[in-house]
Amino acid sequence: MQANVQQFPPFREPEPAHGHDDHGHEHHEPGFWTKYVFSSDHKVIGIQYGMTALCFLLFGFFLMLLMRWQIAHPTQPVPFLGPLLAKTLGPMAAGGVISPDLYNAFGAMHGTIMVFLGVVPLAFAAFGNYVVPLMIGAPDMTFPRINMASYHAFFLGGVVMFVSFFIPGGAAQAGWTSYSPLATTIPTNGQAFWLVGMVLLITSSLLGAVNFIATIIQLRAPGMTWMRLPWFVWAQFVTAFILLLAFPPLEAAGVLQLMDNALGTSFFLPTGLAVAGKVGEASGGGSPLLWQHLFWFLGHPEVYVLILPAMGIVVEVIANNTRKPIWGYKSLVYSVLAVGFLSFIVWAHHMYMTGMGQKIATFFQATTMIISIPSVIILTCMFLSLWGGSIRINTPMLFALGFLPMFGIGGLTGLPLGLAAADLYLHDTYYIIAHFHYVVAPGTLFALFAGVYFWFPKMTGRKMNEFWGRVHFWCSFVFMNLVFMPMFAQGIKGMIRRMSDGGVNYSAARVPGAIDTLPGSVMELNTWILWAAVGLGLAQIPFIINLFWSIKHGEKVGTNPWQATTLDWHTPTPPPHGNFPKAPRIVRGPYEYNAPGFEGSFAPQAEFPAADHGHAQPAHH
Amino acid sequence: MNDWFAYHILGLPERAALGAKPIDDLMVWVHYLMLVLFVGWVAYFCYALWRFNERRNAKANYGGSTSSMPKYIEVIIVVAEAVLLLGIAIPLWGKNVQEFPDPKSATVIQVMAQQFGWNYRYAGLDGQFGTQDMKLISEKNIFGVDPKDPGGKDDVQLYNGNIHVVVDKPVIIYLSSKDVIHSFKLVAMRMTQDAIPGLRIPLTFTPTKIGRYQIECAQLCGGGHSAMAGGFVVVESQDDFDAWMKSQEAKVAAAAAGPQSFE
Amino acid sequence: MEIPYTVQNRPDTGIYNAKLGIWLFLASEVMLFGGLFSAYVLLRAGSEPGMWPHGWLDVRLGTVNTLLLALSAITTLLAWAACKVRDFRKFKIFHACTILLALAFLGIKSYEYHDKFIHYEIALNDGTFVDGHLVEKSADFDLKKKTGTVTLHGRAVTDRKELMDLRAPEAKAATLEEHVVAAADIKKMQNYGPWHNTFTAIYFTMTGLHALHIIGGTLVIFYLWGPGSRMWKTDPERFTNRIEVSGLFWHFVDLVWIFLFPVMYLT
Ligand code: HEA
Ligand code: HEA
Ligand code: CUA
Ligand SMILES: [Cu+2]
Repeated sequence: MQANVQQFPPFREPEPAHGHDDHGHEHHEPGFWTKYVFSSDHKVIGIQYGMTALCFLLFGFFLMLLMRWQIAHPTQPVPFLGPLLAKTLGPMAAGGVISPDLYNAFGAMHGTIMVFLGVVPLAFAAFGNYVVPLMIGAPDMTFPRINMASYHAFFLGGVVMFVSFFIPGGAAQAGWTSYSPLATTIPTNGQAFWLVGMVLLITSSLLGAVNFIATIIQLRAPGMTWMRLPWFVWAQFVTAFILLLAFPPLEAAGVLQLMDNALGTSFFLPTGLAVAGKVGEASGGGSPLLWQHLFWFLGHPEVYVLILPAMGIVVEVIANNTRKPIWGYKSLVYSVLAVGFLSFIVWAHHMYMTGMGQKIATFFQATTMIISIPSVIILTCMFLSLWGGSIRINTPMLFALGFLPMFGIGGLTGLPLGLAAADLYLHDTYYIIAHFHYVVAPGTLFALFAGVYFWFPKMTGRKMNEFWGRVHFWCSFVFMNLVFMPMFAQGIKGMIRRMSDGGVNYSAARVPGAIDTLPGSVMELNTWILWAAVGLGLAQIPFIINLFWSIKHGEKVGTNPWQATTLDWHTPTPPPHGNFPKAPRIVRGPYEYNAPGFEGSFAPQAEFPAADHGHAQPAHH
Repeated sequence: MNDWFAYHILGLPERAALGAKPIDDLMVWVHYLMLVLFVGWVAYFCYALWRFNERRNAKANYGGSTSSMPKYIEVIIVVAEAVLLLGIAIPLWGKNVQEFPDPKSATVIQVMAQQFGWNYRYAGLDGQFGTQDMKLISEKNIFGVDPKDPGGKDDVQLYNGNIHVVVDKPVIIYLSSKDVIHSFKLVAMRMTQDAIPGLRIPLTFTPTKIGRYQIECAQLCGGGHSAMAGGFVVVESQDDFDAWMKSQEAKVAAAAAGPQSFE
Repeated sequence: MEIPYTVQNRPDTGIYNAKLGIWLFLASEVMLFGGLFSAYVLLRAGSEPGMWPHGWLDVRLGTVNTLLLALSAITTLLAWAACKVRDFRKFKIFHACTILLALAFLGIKSYEYHDKFIHYEIALNDGTFVDGHLVEKSADFDLKKKTGTVTLHGRAVTDRKELMDLRAPEAKAATLEEHVVAAADIKKMQNYGPWHNTFTAIYFTMTGLHALHIIGGTLVIFYLWGPGSRMWKTDPERFTNRIEVSGLFWHFVDLVWIFLFPVMYLT
């Protein structure tokens, strides 16, 4: 803590009641249901999204843990949980052993849940909902009721996905990519549930996206020009556009595949399909690649939906804790716009192995290389922001800093995948798994943790425990790498992903005499990864306890514990309904830390003209 | 140098095909670039964190870095990526999908993937595949061979087990699938190709080492995906190959004498 | 603070919230139908030569429906204009027309659907085909038990291809008469539902999705026309905005049809 910190916010904190009748909200203290379940307040909705997403993250984590057990100890019953699985899932987990079908279900659902029910709702919906309106000085989202509908659609989608585990035949088993014809030929209704769930989740995202964009365009406070937006808002803005335009084609594809499954159409089924002996009844004439194109047209932009909000959080945290403006704000803005646009024209780099000709391959290799440039620029800006800063290490900052090299690894390993000839070797190996987990797990997840620790005081008026926060960070950091680093080695050696036995069938032990088998050393890594993953799970316990404990017992702090400049820290904590007791006027850029000409280590973006109510004038100049 | 890095640092498995070397080289070059970037960045990163910690730097410098270094680095990265892309990756892929050897001087095999194994088909002595039609596909007739066509009479057809190819002689495989999408992966040949129902995709490689290699199914194809490990490519000398082919022909003849069937 | 620009335009963006909202929503709708249209193109381009149907749909009905929607677009515009000049009576009349036109459209569409569902293609054991509209099934008709007969009004052909292009001269020349088929001779009997082939599949999907949009739009317009119009007394300006926004949606739905009609009926 520097000595020269002033107390902000500049206005005397009005007690909530005052804040209310001030601005003629004639509604009275709402009851539980209207307050926590059917609320249309962006802050409540944000928290709803957040908690639901965290629960799904944990669920997705446990699915993964079961998978890792199966990979390390194929055909051995799961310890502790085995009997429970056998009871709830029946034949698929007979004797507590995870059958290959069940493994595939877990794999598909782990991916689906982590992406669509974990990270997107947390990174985009939760933080976006809570923070964006505060940052731009808006009273709420533009369409509060639609906002509520968006959450309910999301929740319903989650329920559908969850229920699908317990139907006969089990949940979807064709991977989160749901390639046809497999997705249509597996004898379970799980796929239908998956599709219905997806349509609900997509609807939710679309409603959210419309709301975010409209809010950012329409509800910016006076003086909040585009180039004064905190970069986090830019990131959310671009993310919203990606969701708005990339999701509908998947919705279309979902409808088509649903028809294939339910009505016996053949959109994705070619002529002469002979599944398990009998030649299919389907009319044929469809195209399996059509599905892949429609899926990846969303699928790739989706991955930037997973990363951009995370980058936004990291930028906010870094700017705040280096106590200086973020380096190259303009480049950041243009880069994120570039990424958003380019993300729509790289999708087929997931399809090099589908028999792609030279022309198309050239195009997609080029775009894929090009899109890595703005990402590099974004990372570079983050790095250079450290230079000349007065770096303050606290839990949010630790996670933000942890993000950088982790995303670096994940991003850099994307490059060989982008080059078709190298991908020729790496495609569908664990190298891919390692690549994208480095960006989404130690990357995005760390950024999200940073966000939780960073904005927790805004939501509750209390800080989360610093010590346990650091424990959480260091343990997570170590175990994350212990989990994913070995996967690169496995992938390079040719271990295929999505194998319920962790590659035993291709191992030297099982296939004597063959030259290119998986060596025992590589197989052993499976066991290491399992225990690393267990450690990773244990590392989350301090976080979970810390989170709930701090709500009541955390250290009490003022409205602006981090001495931040952005608007979200210059409204009462927690913000009243309507957010700003007095309309703010934005007078400067988002990151005026240690700016020459201001005493104090930071100059808030906003002034609150004392028009009415005679509040104190802003303290500076 | 490259190979040392490929085998000992990256840990690539040994290769056994003509086209494998360039692919490994590409891998190596990309990873050099990645390594340099990563090390460079991390070094800077650690220094910055140490140098500009609030204990050492109580008041932040509003201006921050004014060095034009980053611009140069960006440019270098762009150039490096451009070189990799235009200089190596694109031509290599072109070679991979466009330059096919003359079928007469190659071992030509049809491969039809199914849940959960591989079906192989050789043209037989007459070097002539029987005409095929997707509509004729059935459990007995996986390739949908037209029984009326004499060209198909001596075709050799196998399920799983070993397919034999000749060392140093190009192999052309026409890959397809009868049910769901599979993927034909030969690690040592640095070869991967999805097997997609309704499509017939050619792929080629030239084995250079005698031995037995396993075919991995690299695409999720259902409950048996991980167990779809029954296929092998046996690379052997021309003589051994001919001997093997003869024995297969004999089997076919015997079968033809009896009721036509592929078992 | 209250949410601003719910009725008035924001000066610097020159638009009010709901209008921006609907434009964004329509952008995503464009991508939705865009995805389906590209699916149509891919399926058609990839179809076996000679197996993509032509002339399976009644162009006359299609044209009538196109006109109906075009008219409804105009009445929607007029209804909004009426609000603008504060003429509530006219508004009521025009939007009443819109609703009726929409219902007429749906009526015709469902007739077309029904016509496809009673249209059967029968593959006989001898390898020939009988194709036509269902006239009657005998009381004891049962495919599994192979009892009874079914009567179709249509034509018998030896090659399935002949059924595809109904614009071909020989298809035009063919005389339609009643064919009585015994269940025992039937290999496969299937009506022209979505499952029949990729054309019917994409046809039912796209027109069906479009019909859902029509239904949704009609419900909204009906609400604004009926109960929702109470707002006219309290806040005419906001009400006018609602009419404008719902109108924008309606015009989009019409526009989609303008693309669907040639793609499905004429090519
Ligand atoms: C957040 C998610 C995310 C992100 C950001 C990325 C980023 C990138 N991805 Fe990744 N990708 C996925 C998620 C993501 N990916 C997923 C989920 C899959 C698998 C889907 C499936 O099949 O199931 C996948 C698969 C995938 C493939 C398909 C592989 C295959 O299936 O065969 C390809 C191929 O081109 C690819 C390429 C890239 C590239 C070039 C980038 C580039 O944008 C990366 C650009 C970034 C950089 C170049 C790093 C820049 C940083 C620095 C230079 C600083 C370094 C700093 C330090 C070291 C301190 N990815
Ligand atoms: C955002 C996306 C995301 C995230 C975050 C993760 C996280 C993880 N994934 Fe995930 N994974 C995917 C997306 C993701 N995954 C996808 C798309 C696939 C491909 C699926 C397919 O093949 O189709 C996949 C597949 C996949 C595989 C390969 C399976 C196979 O190919 O056979 C493996 C194997 O180890 C794996 C492991 C892990 C691990 C160890 C984590 C860990 O990082 C988990 C870390 C999470 C935690 C530590 C929990 C954090 C939660 C909390 C702290 C909760 C707090 C709760 C409260 C307060 C209530 N994943
Ligand atoms: Cu076949 Cu996986
Ligand atoms: Cu991608």
